[in-house]
Amino acid sequence: MIAALTLLLVFQLIGEVIARALALPIPGPVIGMALLFLTLLVRGGPDEDLRQTAGSLLQHLSLLFVPAGTGIVLYGDRLANEWLPLLVALVASTALAIIVTAVVLQALTRRRASSKGAQQ
Amino acid sequence: MTPRLEEIWVYLSATPLLGLTLTLLAYQAAFRIYQRAGFHPIANPVLLAVTMLASVLLLTGTPYQTYFDGAQFVHFLLGPATVALAIPLYAQWPRLKAMAAPLAIALVAGSLTAALSAWGIGALLGASRESLMSLAPKSVTTPIAMAVAERLGGLPSLTAVLVISTGILGAIGARYLYRWLHISDPAVRGFAIGLASHGIGTARAFQTGEQAGAFAALAMGLNGLVTALSLPWIMPWVERLLGR
Repeated sequence: MIAALTLLLVFQLIGEVIARALALPIPGPVIGMALLFLTLLVRGGPDEDLRQTAGSLLQHLSLLFVPAGTGIVLYGDRLANEWLPLLVALVASTALAIIVTAVVLQALTRRRASSKGAQQ
Repeated sequence: MTPRLEEIWVYLSATPLLGLTLTLLAYQAAFRIYQRAGFHPIANPVLLAVTMLASVLLLTGTPYQTYFDGAQFVHFLLGPATVALAIPLYAQWPRLKAMAAPLAIALVAGSLTAALSAWGIGALLGASRESLMSLAPKSVTTPIAMAVAERLGGLPSLTAVLVISTGILGAIGARYLYRWLHISDPAVRGFAIGLASHGIGTARAFQTGEQAGAFAALAMGLNGLVTALSLPWIMPWVERLLGR
């Protein structure tokens, strides 16, 4: 577990350094994820230790958002003044984003599957 | 309060121990409720835990910063957890490769919908410009959204709250939308929730299965990339065109 955690932190560190050195708008951990993914593609899949450590971190991914979410206590005033537009915009736009993405992807993958079926 | 209790409170409010322990206790209580509810999306563990913790802070008059001094240890793990998303991504690589073109098109369509609809609806209902610019990047993971909001002239810390609310809303609502649209492919379900609701949507997707989780992780990463690269030049143009 310690070896796997160290590996994850090393990739995050490399990602942070690249993001800062090249002044990229992408956060370090996302670059670290991409680099680790490429490493796995080149060197073969993760070992058991890495798989288990990643599994236990991701199983409780929700926990990690709790501290930032509690920051809502700082915005009492703004939320009291603008709660209606903010709430409607969040609800409607989140639903629209899910619908558009899912419908487009479903239509494209289905069409591909059926054209493949027709060729056979 | 007896002097002794007061002394204990002074000690507790000065160490990170209390904030950290409270976060873990609240999350475990929230997760137990979620489990009891048969993993029903409305019993979202982030929503429940945040509600508990925010109530405790407001009732005891504890400043958020004091709480965060302890909770930051949990917050820190977001970094390595994001890196760890490479592992489920790798496991789904053959299917991802086969779907590359449809995924790319759905990504651009979904990413633009997420940002422009939030801006448009907020603008129609009279939200302030600061709020609108904090709202536009709401579908992407917190660190990217905060950086984009700052560049657009929004408030990064308000963006963090809007981002997490978006995550919770998507995690709660996606199941009903999929049922209504008759979408059952876990790859499609995962990709859409990850795109619209970043890490919290991804966490929800992982609870329904590994394939959905991996596609959610992919969508989250790609939408972060697309949003970070496109919004800083799209939003000024949209504002000029639609005259706000």
